[in-house]
Amino acid sequence: MSEQFKEALDGITRVKGVRGAIMVTDDDGLIIADAVMEGVRSDAVAALAASLSARMARATVGAGVGEQHFLHLQAENCTLLTMPAPNGVLIVVLAEKDVNVGLVRLEMLRAVEVVE
Amino acid sequence: MTAELASNPDSLVFLELGEALRRRGQLYVAAKAAVAGLERHPELADSHDLYARILVDMGHLQQAYDEWQATVELDSRHRGAHKGLGFLCYRWGDLDGALEHLELAVAADPMDQSVVQALRMVRDAATEVAEVEEDPRRSVFQGLDGDGHGLLLFDTRGRVLGGGISNQLGEDVSEDVAAYVSGGCQEADRSSRILEMGDWRWMVVEGTGGSMHIARSESDTLLLVARDGSVPSGRLAVLADRAAEVAREWLEAQQP
Repeated sequence: MSEQFKEALDGITRVKGVRGAIMVTDDDGLIIADAVMEGVRSDAVAALAASLSARMARATVGAGVGEQHFLHLQAENCTLLTMPAPNGVLIVVLAEKDVNVGLVRLEMLRAVEVVE
Repeated sequence: MTAELASNPDSLVFLELGEALRRRGQLYVAAKAAVAGLERHPELADSHDLYARILVDMGHLQQAYDEWQATVELDSRHRGAHKGLGFLCYRWGDLDGALEHLELAVAADPMDQSVVQALRMVRDAATEVAEVEEDPRRSVFQGLDGDGHGLLLFDTRGRVLGGGISNQLGEDVSEDVAAYVSGGCQEADRSSRILEMGDWRWMVVEGTGGSMHIARSESDTLLLVARDGSVPSGRLAVLADRAAEVAREWLEAQQP
């Protein structure tokens, strides 16, 4: 199973500009599988992304836009994307600021299917 | 009518003549007939009413107002005068005055549809003004798409500054959303700092029923735009840019 996860994450990292893709537990941000470039602190990315996603999930429901299924944080130098998958899994992607978000999103959806 | 008036200068036919001339656009001649009639019948409410209508057509609104005031002093239930005063009050932005006079005009003749419609229009305008005055938060984004239910301005500590957000039941959830989202934004600050991403600019969160676009604006304020799923994220970003511009101007205007 972990091989399948790894393959799914590799699919994400093949998109130009992606620095790393991680599968984490959505409640405590522990890493299930990862595929990151050298220098990327996957444990920090995993923990912070899971925490951010959990915080924003409450706001999303509160604002009446339903259950969160995609988050895109755009910073000066980087893009952080998260997508919840079944069974308490969260797909996290760290990428360059000008990455093609549409392509990354497609690959993230494929990764979600693998988790299912 | 002119011949009849010439043979009997005290005749009330000047009322019909003046109105006919006014309708034909012969305002100067109409005014002359009305003034002549007024001189002979200063206690007749209809003569003041006729002259007021001609004055309005001539653009002399203040004089028309005075003439209609004279009319209602002579006949407090004069429908035409209250209708005219209601029109002038509305035109001058005095909605309370307009309502008062139009209600009196309707009371005098409930079958006059033009007055009933005018009253409805003024009531709607008065309700709109009252809502904005009661909830000054709404005035920030007034006129923008989503004003009052899909645009929220708040500070980084979760305090609402303007706008409002409603949930799917139409309930105002501005305070809750500001609190949750500001907490999320603090988390975004922390993440971008620790991961050396640079300052974060905006965040989009898509849900099963819609999307939220959160932008960090100047002076530690956050702008949230929420829409249902029919609005694509690119369009959401355009709406957010527009709202950010309005919010910036509003914040500048709040500076002492």
